[in-house]
Parts: sequence; structure tokens; C-alpha cells
Amino acid sequence: MVTTLVQPQSRVDIDALLQINTDLAAKIIVGFIQDAIAKAGYSRAVIGLSGGIDSALVAFLAARALGAENVLAVRMPYRTSSADSLSDAQAVIDQLGLPALTIEITPMVQPLIDLFPDMDGVRKGNIMARQRMIVLYDQSAAWRGLVIGTSNKTEVLLGYSTLFGDSAAALQPIEDLYKTQVRQLARALGVPQSILAKPPSADLWIGQTDEGELGYTYAEVDRLLYLLVDARYTVDEAVEQGFERAFVEGVWRRVRQNHFKRTMPNVAKLSRRSIGHDFLYLRDWSG
Amino acid sequence: MHLTVGLAQIYPKIGDVQANLRAHLQQIEAAKAHGAQLLLFPELSLSGYNLQDLVYEVALQPTADDPIFRQLLEASGDYDMDLMVGFVDTDQRARYFIAAAYLSGGRVLHVHHKVYLPTYTLFDEGRYFAWGDSVRAFDTRFGRFGMLICEDFWHASPPYLLWIDRADVFLFHSASPGRGLDASERLGSARWVQLVNQAYGSLFTSYVLHCNRVGYEDGLNFWGGSTIVDPDGEIICAAPMHEPALCIHSLDLNQIRRTRTRLPLLRDERTGLTARELARILDQSPDRTFSGR
Repeated sequence: MVTTLVQPQSRVDIDALLQINTDLAAKIIVGFIQDAIAKAGYSRAVIGLSGGIDSALVAFLAARALGAENVLAVRMPYRTSSADSLSDAQAVIDQLGLPALTIEITPMVQPLIDLFPDMDGVRKGNIMARQRMIVLYDQSAAWRGLVIGTSNKTEVLLGYSTLFGDSAAALQPIEDLYKTQVRQLARALGVPQSILAKPPSADLWIGQTDEGELGYTYAEVDRLLYLLVDARYTVDEAVEQGFERAFVEGVWRRVRQNHFKRTMPNVAKLSRRSIGHDFLYLRDWSG
Repeated sequence: MHLTVGLAQIYPKIGDVQANLRAHLQQIEAAKAHGAQLLLFPELSLSGYNLQDLVYEVALQPTADDPIFRQLLEASGDYDMDLMVGFVDTDQRARYFIAAAYLSGGRVLHVHHKVYLPTYTLFDEGRYFAWGDSVRAFDTRFGRFGMLICEDFWHASPPYLLWIDRADVFLFHSASPGRGLDASERLGSARWVQLVNQAYGSLFTSYVLHCNRVGYEDGLNFWGGSTIVDPDGEIICAAPMHEPALCIHSLDLNQIRRTRTRLPLLRDERTGLTARELARILDQSPDRTFSGR
């Protein structure tokens, strides 16, 4: 009896590679939040709670790290925001027992929007995102807590965020997790089912969904980004794994075009030692 | 012969040598209460890891004239405990090294300068540090030891050189950032390090002690998980992951002889063959793949 083992060349099981050990992820992130807040001399945090999965997950992690009583949840609806956003955020607040504020941003942003009758949705969305940043940073000073960001790896790579808006934060606990992995961790931590089940949306205008705007699903683009970024596949190698070439090239172009959002502004170097070039200390140096 | 060793899996504070010295002295006192005769600290335990431009502010000289080292040397004498500590070493010519010092009975027995400086992906050590240029075993009151620092033992040759230089106990320390989260219970970097340490224990029929740090620097996490591997390649002591710990373990040094009797890999090691073939390979390397550095 001879056993013959043949393993034909096959496609990489990317879905398996995107699986994370949620206990380990939670442990590292909870420790990171505790460490970052304490080093800065704080014990509290402020989180903008949208009703979506990213900010819900961060609220769960922050509550575990700091104690629910030390995490201020701020809901900041605009007049067109969906009612589900408010009620889903409330479910997180209730489940965790977070102190919470609701601050309507419509009277703050509407005067600017009304100045330009032909303003498109992207401009309005950016104004709203930046106004929410202003509210959060004001609460940061009032509440004596650091603003914890809720960006994930998928949206940051794709540049699906507002510079100095939702991207503004003192620390980013889930920015190294793809949306697919955010879902795994959120499910494991007990984020409410209504949040897990609904389609992701920035909720900047009625009917907006991330996947509708991007033109592909997170499940699909996460598999591709994992190959291109984490596994260092070339565009050609990704195509060999079964992705459409136009999709691969389009996503990679988008990653490149949005790189400016992931870096500090360039500094014109003049002296022998310059900020941003060769004046190099960790952020933790300040702590 | 038994040797009681300790692994001080601490969280060094970046750039704060005084605070780190206090942490060392506390660990020494705690280890003494459990009978430790040798205590290992992690890589750059006196300074923190990702120092960048702080390198030049935290450098020390491993002599009794240095106020930090003087206290550690006194502790090694007062507590009758040998110590392996990590620090930034500097010479008189403004060269800085990632260094490990072995202290015993109030004296510095040996200093190792890191010979492999990772300068890729998240690492930038080659930007700040000079490359160490020697790998030497040294005699202690407990036997002949060898020290390596993190990336040094990601390469197979430094442990091999120590083995041939008659080291029977390998003292490794690290500041290993956690990376490679997947479905496994341990990070990829933790799995890799434990795998190679078990391989060194097995291949060199020696004890392998590994002390890794914990804590965070900016977004980096350090995973701890310090271990002791016996001459049969088995993990006989494992510190927790991601949490500070002091692990005390008694090594039966006679196990080295028993294992080598069963498995005489050291006796049969053909060093002459290795040297001849290595010289030929380097000499004839058509594309000069190896720089000879």
C-alpha cells in the first residue's frame, strides 16, 4: 500500500488568513489603550459613537480598558442622520453603561453649507466630519479625556475618510484591523446584533452606504488588500489569485492616491536638523 | 549541579535610565527571595527599545565609574547574584552599540555588542547603532556561557559560533515587537522565536534562556513569553504573554551531559569540514552574494 500525497498548486485561502484570534487581539488592544491613556497622564477617553460597528467596537474595547465610567460616548447627529444610527448608538451606551452626550451638529454646520447652494455631498460630508472632530476635541478638554479614533485599516488604505475629521484622534486602537476583522472582533466582544447586521454607512446623507460608494464589498476588497499590503503580492500575483485586473489596479491606485492622508504634511527641509526629517523621537517621548 | 535562574520580564520605560535602574534593583531583590543565582533582563532593559534620537542621551559605560553600573555591580556582589542587563554602550569615539553585560561578584565579566542590527520593515537599528564585531563565549562560576541579543539569534551562525566556542548555556534577550496576528493563540513573531529557541536547544544540546520584554512603545506591543529550553529541546519554563513576570527556575546542568551521551552531536561536529567548505564557498561565490562583512 503506497500513499501518494499530491498537493496541486491552488489559490491561497485568504479568508482563513484574515481570521484573527479575537482574545489575543482584544488583549493587545486593551493593553494599548490603557498604556496610551496613562502615558499621556489621563485616565479617561472620549469617543464619537455613530451607531456603526467601528465606533461600537472601540467603545467596547475602551470600556474594558478604562472602565465604562471613564469613557464618554458622544452622539452627534445631523438632521438627515438615520434614526437607526441614534438608537444603535444608544444600545451600546445602555449595554456598557457609558456616560453619554448627544450634540446636534446641524446648527453648527448649516450656516456654512447654506452659504454655497451648489455644495456637493462630499463637501457637506467633510464639513460634518470635521465639525464632529471639533465637538470631540472640545469634550476632550472639558471631560479631561483623550479622543480615541475609530478608523479601520480598510478605510484608511482606501482613503475613505475625512482628513482632520474622523481621522483625527490621539490613538487608533483598530486601525490595523481590516473591516472583516473588525466584524470578527465586534462579534466576539458582544456588540449588539443590529449593529453587526446593518450595512456600513458614513450616514452623511440619506441612503449612503460605504459599499455603494466604493463600488465593491468590504469582504472582497479586504481579501485583495490583505494580499497587496500584508502579504506583499504584486498586482500581477494578485491577478493570478483570481481577482479582476481592473479591480486590482483600481484599488492599488486608490491606495496610492490617498497616501497623503496617512502621512504628516511634508516639511521643506532647510536646516541641519528638521522636524519631520531628522528630529526623531517616539510620540511616547512626550508622556 | 543545579543553577537557579530568573527571567525578569519587565517593561522598561523609554529613555528613563534612573526609573529602569530602580526596576532592576527591585527585580534583583525579588529574585533573591526565591534563591536566584543568575537573573536575566531584556534587551536594552536600562533604556527602552526604540530610542531614536534618545540613543545619545541614555548611553552608559559598563564600568564601576558609571553611576548606574556601579549600583548594578554592587547589587551583583551584595546579593551574590550574576546579572545580564541590556543597555546602550558607547566608546570614546562616539560609537553606540546595543549591548548586553554580564555582571558577577561586582565585576563585569563580559560585554556583547549586537552583531545583527535589523534595519527593515519596522526596524531602524542600523541608523543609530554601530555593528558589533565579535561573538565570544565566556567563563562564569557556573560554567561557560554565551550571550546574544534578539536579531543575533534570528541568524543561525552566532549561536553556532558560541557552541563551538564551548558555551553550554545560551543567554538570549530581546525587545521583540509583537506582529503577525492571525487565528493562532500566539503572534507570528512569538511562534517564530520559540520555534528557533527550541531548535537551538535541540541542535546544540544546550540550555537556552530567553528573556523578552513586555509593554508598549508608541503602537508597538512587546509580547514577553520568555522561556527556558532544555538540552532536549523542550520548553521547561514559559512566562506569560504580554504581562510582566519574574520566572525563577532551577536548571539541572547535569542534563547537558546526559543528553549529549544519548545524542553526541557536539562530539561529532565537523568544524574543520565546516571551515574549509565555508572558506571555499565564500571564495568562489560567483556573484559575491556574501559581502564578508
